[in-house]
Amino acid sequence: MSALLEIKQLHAGIPDKPILNGLSLSINPGEVHAIMGPNGSGKSTLSYVLSGKSGYEINGGSMLFDGQELAEMTPEARAIAGLFLAFQYPLEIPGVTNMTFLKTSLNAIRRGRGEDEMDAASFLRLARAKSKALGMDDDMLRRQLNVGFSGGEKKRNEILQMAMLEPKLAILDETDSGLDIDALKTVAEGVNALRSPERGMLVITHYQRLLDFIKPDVVHVMAKGQIVKSGGPELALELEKSGYAEYSGGTEAPAGGREAHA
Amino acid sequence: MSEAKAIIESEAKASIDKDTVEQVAQFGGEHYKYGFTTDVDMDRVENGLSEDIIRFISAKKDEPQWLLDWRLDAYERWLTMEEPEWAHVDYPKIDYQDLCYYAAPKSMEDGPKSLDEVDPELLKTYEKLGIPLIEQEMLAGVRKVAVDAVFDSVSVGTTFRDELAKEGVIFCSFSEAVKEHPDLVQKYLGSVVPKSDNYFTALNSAVFSDGSFVYIPPGVRCPMELSTYFRINEANTGQFERTLVIADKGSYVSYLEGCTAPMRDENQLHAAVVELVALEDAEIKYSTVQNWYPGDADGKGGIYNFVTKRGDCREDRARISWTQVETGSAVTWKYPSCILRGDGSSGEFYSIAISNNLQQVDSGTKMIHLGKNTSSKIISKGISAGRSSNCYRGQVSVHPKAADARNFTQCDSLLIGDKCAAHTVPYIEAKNLSAVLEHEATTSKISDDQLFFCQQRGLDAEEAVALIVNGFCRDVLQNLPMEFAVEAQKLVGISLEGSVG
Repeated sequence: MSALLEIKQLHAGIPDKPILNGLSLSINPGEVHAIMGPNGSGKSTLSYVLSGKSGYEINGGSMLFDGQELAEMTPEARAIAGLFLAFQYPLEIPGVTNMTFLKTSLNAIRRGRGEDEMDAASFLRLARAKSKALGMDDDMLRRQLNVGFSGGEKKRNEILQMAMLEPKLAILDETDSGLDIDALKTVAEGVNALRSPERGMLVITHYQRLLDFIKPDVVHVMAKGQIVKSGGPELALELEKSGYAEYSGGTEAPAGGREAHA
Repeated sequence: MSEAKAIIESEAKASIDKDTVEQVAQFGGEHYKYGFTTDVDMDRVENGLSEDIIRFISAKKDEPQWLLDWRLDAYERWLTMEEPEWAHVDYPKIDYQDLCYYAAPKSMEDGPKSLDEVDPELLKTYEKLGIPLIEQEMLAGVRKVAVDAVFDSVSVGTTFRDELAKEGVIFCSFSEAVKEHPDLVQKYLGSVVPKSDNYFTALNSAVFSDGSFVYIPPGVRCPMELSTYFRINEANTGQFERTLVIADKGSYVSYLEGCTAPMRDENQLHAAVVELVALEDAEIKYSTVQNWYPGDADGKGGIYNFVTKRGDCREDRARISWTQVETGSAVTWKYPSCILRGDGSSGEFYSIAISNNLQQVDSGTKMIHLGKNTSSKIISKGISAGRSSNCYRGQVSVHPKAADARNFTQCDSLLIGDKCAAHTVPYIEAKNLSAVLEHEATTSKISDDQLFFCQQRGLDAEEAVALIVNGFCRDVLQNLPMEFAVEAQKLVGISLEGSVG
C-alpha cells in the first residue's frame, strides 16, 4: 500500500528562522495519526506548510500527497486534490452566508476535479443532512460565515465543511482548543463519523483529552521541528503523566493539564 | 485564466457571437469585455462649442423655441461658471472646444423609427452587449424589461412601448417626449436640477442631445422594469443625456440604467443629468450599473463620468431610492441626492463604488430634509484596489422646519493591497433639534488569512476576493432588481481582476 502522505526530511520555516528541522512522517489511507508536542514545537507550522499558507519557506525535503509534491501546488490545488485543513482559528467573512461559502467551496473543488457543479436543490439537501448529523440547525447555514459564532460553533462548522468536501486527508489543527467538554464530544463524534478506510487524518493537539474521543492509530511526539518519538495510543497517556519536559528540555506542564481559557 | 473564471466568462459570453469575442480580444479586452466599436456611418458636427452648435442641435431635433431659449440661457450661464475643483480627483484640464457635441448614426436622421427599421448593425451592437432590443418573451417567471437604447447622441429604439401605453405609462426618448408631451416636459424639465446648479449641469442643459423620458400616471404600478442603456461609440465625443422620470400620485416605477463604452486611449466626457419627481405617495426606485471604460492598467484612457442625479420627493409620503454599482470610468464625480420636501417622505441611497488600477472615485449623496417626519438612509460601500482613490462624500442636511427628521448613514471602506486610498467626507447639519442622525463608518482590509482560508477551501485568489467583496457589498446588492443583481455580482468580481497576487 502506498502512503497517502509521505513527508521526508522536511526543512521549513519563516525567513531566517528554521522551524521544521528534517521532519519525516508517513500516513496511510484509513489511518488516524496524532501529533502532540509542546508549544513552539512547530505543530501549526506543519499544518500551514502542508496546506500552502504563504510566508513559509521550504528549505529541503519532500512532502508527497497521493504521489504529488505538495510544494509545487497552489493552496487551492491542494484542496482540490483532497487535502483539508480544519483551522485552529476559523476566519470570519462578513456578508457571506455559511450556505454560500459551502456551495462556492464545494463547486470550486468539483470544477477543479473536472466534475459538474452541484445544482442548488441537491446541494441544499446535502448541506441540511450533513449539518443535522452534526447537531446544527438550519439557522446556522443562513448565518454569515463564523460571524458571531461561539468557539464551539466555529469548530463544528469546520467539521461541517470537512463533511461536505469529503477530503482524502484531513488535518485538524488544535480543533480542541477553546472547547468545553460537551462541544469537544460533539466535534469528536463528527470527526469519528468521517473515519473511513480511504481517508487519512492528522490530528494536531497539545492535550491528550481530545484523544480520549478520537482514538488515534499512531501517536507522534514532536519537538524542535522533528518527530522525536512514535508509538500507539499508549504514548499519549504516557505523555499525560510525564509532560513534555524530557522532549523540550523545558518545564512544560503535563499534557493532561487543562488549558487556560483566553 | 482560471477554470472558474473561464466558466463565468463563458456564461456571460453565451449570447455574444464569436466574432465579437475575437474583436474584443484584439483590443486586448480580456478584462473589459464591452470595449469594441461599432462601424456605422455617423453624422457628427465639427468639434467645438458655440451658440451656433446649440442652435444646430436644437434644429436637428426640430425643437420648439422655448427649449432653444432654455438651452441658450444655460449656455450663457455656463460661460460665467468655473469647473469645480473641490472633489478629491485629479485629471488634466478638459478642452471643451476640442469635443464633439453631436454624433448620431446617419440611419437615425429622421428620428427614431419602429424597431423593425433600426439599422441591423445597431441592433447587433446591443445584442453583443447583452441588451435585447427585440421584444422577446423572457423565460417563464422572469419579469419583462423595457429598454430605451441611447447610442452616442440619440435614442435608437425603445421596446415594449405599446404594452406600457395600455397602462398609460409613457416611456420614450427625450426627443420624442419634447414633441409628443411638451406640457409635461416643460413643466418638469429643470425643476429638480436647475440649469445652473453646477458647471456640468449648465453644460448639459445647453447641449444635451437625447435621453429617456418616463411618466407613470396616478395609481399605476409600472408593469415591468424600465431601463436605459447608454453607449458611447464615437471617438472624441461627449455624451450629454438627460433622464426625466415623473411618478404621479400613488404610482410606482423601478428603473435601471447601464453604461458601456469602447476602449480608447483618449479620455471621453460623460456629463448627464437625471431628474426624478415623485408626487404624493409615489415611489421611484432608480438603479445604476455604471461600467464605462475605466482606462487601462496604467490609467490611459477611460471615461470622465461627471453626472448630476437628483430626486425630488415633492409631495407627502413620496419615496425615492437610489442604488448604484459604480465599477467603470477613469474619474467619477456623482452624488445622487434626494430632496425630502413632502411630509413623511423618504430617501435612500445604496452604493457600491469599486476603484481599481488608477481609477478615481468621488461619489456619495445628499439628503436634504425639508418636510416633517422625513427619513433617509445611506449605505455606502467603497472598495479600493490597485493604486486607485475612492472617496465617499455625503451631506445630510436638516432644515429648520423639518421636525422629527431621521437619518441613518453607514459608510464602509474596504482596501485591497497597500497602494490604494479610501476617504470619507461626511457633512452633517441639523437645524432642527428634534432630528435624530446616526453615522457609522468602518475601514477594513482583506486579510491574507481570509484569502488563505478561502483558498484552502478550493477557491483561487481572485474568486476569494470576489466572494469577500460580494459579502462586503451584500446590503447593497440585495437592493438591486433581481435580474441585475447576478450581473452586478459578476461585475464586482471582474472589476477586481488583477488586484491580488
